[in-house]
Amino acid sequence: MAKKVIMNEADIKRTLARIAHEIVERNKSTDNIILVGMRTRGVPLSNRLAAEIASFKGTKIPVGILDFSLYRDDISSRDIPLVIKSTDIPSSVEEKVIVLVDDVLYTGRSARAALDAIIDLGRPLSIQLAVLVDRGHRELPIRADYVGKNIPSSRAEEIQVRLVETDGIDEVAIIPKPEREG
Amino acid sequence: MEAVKQYKETDMQAENPQLEQKVWNHRHILDLDDFTPAEIDLVMQTTDAMHEILSRPIKKVPTLRGKTVVTLFYEASTRTRSSFELAAKNLSADISNLTVSSSSVTKGESLIDTLETMEALGADIVVMRHPCSGAPNLASKHVKSSIINAGDGWHAHPTQALLDMYTMLKYKNSIKNLKVTIIGDIIHSRVAHSNIWSLTKMGADVTICGPSTLIPKGMDNPQPYFPKVKVTTDIDKAIKGADVVMGLRLQLERQQSGLLPSIREYAKLYQITEERLSKADKNVIVMHPGPVNEDIEIASSVVHGEKSVITEQVTNGVAVRMALFYLLAGGSRNE
Repeated sequence: MAKKVIMNEADIKRTLARIAHEIVERNKSTDNIILVGMRTRGVPLSNRLAAEIASFKGTKIPVGILDFSLYRDDISSRDIPLVIKSTDIPSSVEEKVIVLVDDVLYTGRSARAALDAIIDLGRPLSIQLAVLVDRGHRELPIRADYVGKNIPSSRAEEIQVRLVETDGIDEVAIIPKPEREG
Repeated sequence: MEAVKQYKETDMQAENPQLEQKVWNHRHILDLDDFTPAEIDLVMQTTDAMHEILSRPIKKVPTLRGKTVVTLFYEASTRTRSSFELAAKNLSADISNLTVSSSSVTKGESLIDTLETMEALGADIVVMRHPCSGAPNLASKHVKSSIINAGDGWHAHPTQALLDMYTMLKYKNSIKNLKVTIIGDIIHSRVAHSNIWSLTKMGADVTICGPSTLIPKGMDNPQPYFPKVKVTTDIDKAIKGADVVMGLRLQLERQQSGLLPSIREYAKLYQITEERLSKADKNVIVMHPGPVNEDIEIASSVVHGEKSVITEQVTNGVAVRMALFYLLAGGSRNE
């Protein structure tokens, strides 16, 4: 099976603009929102959402970065440790609405780790989840509040999200699974 | 903080998953001579993430839940041992401290037997300090647990050298071409030995300085078994233009054999003083692995002065040890 492109640059831009509006609509006030990008590709996505919101609302929403590697459930089963980086959230999460941003929602295990990581930083008012792609196959009772695109997929396939900031191109594609899954 | 941020951004390796795969190749931390620059980089980067945890109100993450760390110290230590202990606790590992003076070791149990017992009790990582050089190396050949050398004889103290490097990176952009001067009792100092390995690997310009009786012979000649450093017995020459000045503890218990005429003479000729430091680079930082003999190897006013980063070294030590525990935890029992 060859690579199949699902979203191109224009699709991604339109989708993020829609999610940005949904975030504002649902939360009424944007005053206490923090957008938190989940490393790696959630980080540029959260920056783009903040820019979208700024473009129509005129307010700059704070953006943070979350590295949830230390909360993963598969640390000791890996032969090679994952590179971890700093978490950098601009203010305390207490009484804030945290919108976690990630590229793909799959098993839900990353989201679970991210939830635990946020809760260890304090007690937010609420936590919401925004993803560019939901590909199904959940292994935990987790759902996203904002979904860019639902892409029903087989476990034998991989959803590859590439972004200009990290990969030099904006594109979402389905590819056959490589030998080792990351 | 700024310095480390810059350093991270120029580090491409973390963004490249292909490179990540090959970087870490250690089951034990024995010394830094077998570390690659990429591995040292990985430790620095991981330490930075751990340092952020230390700044939180709740300094605890669940990463090593269910793992057991044992400290086995055959030599006195306060800061190193508590540093390892706190590092393990911050990562939610279980920790057990074996105090040699109240253990079966006093009944004549051998090192290997003690380690095998620790392993049977479920130790995943053993942190070990021993007066004999090479003891951790021997230990690593007999047990499945990961061994971390917390100081062995005159040989090595790798975690101290890594925390020293991390501290330098907090103030300086890069280790490459950094002028680092290490002053004092080089020959007995495992801290100096490990620092020379890690600093030269990362491209620092290292000078060692002390009375000739406290410098190992042949350090200034290129040789196959040890990296090349500059050697001088002139402290003013050594400090001139230095970016980092590191003092070492004068090991008073090891000065019985007439290596020095007197402690007072040593202090007069080799003490790191405000006046001598004025010849260093204007942004010089002063480091010391502790415990300090104040007004012997380093003036009290320098220890507590604004150039001193000595207390920061202690905090960074916890972060470095957390990073090493994390890096050793993946797959450590699967081999």
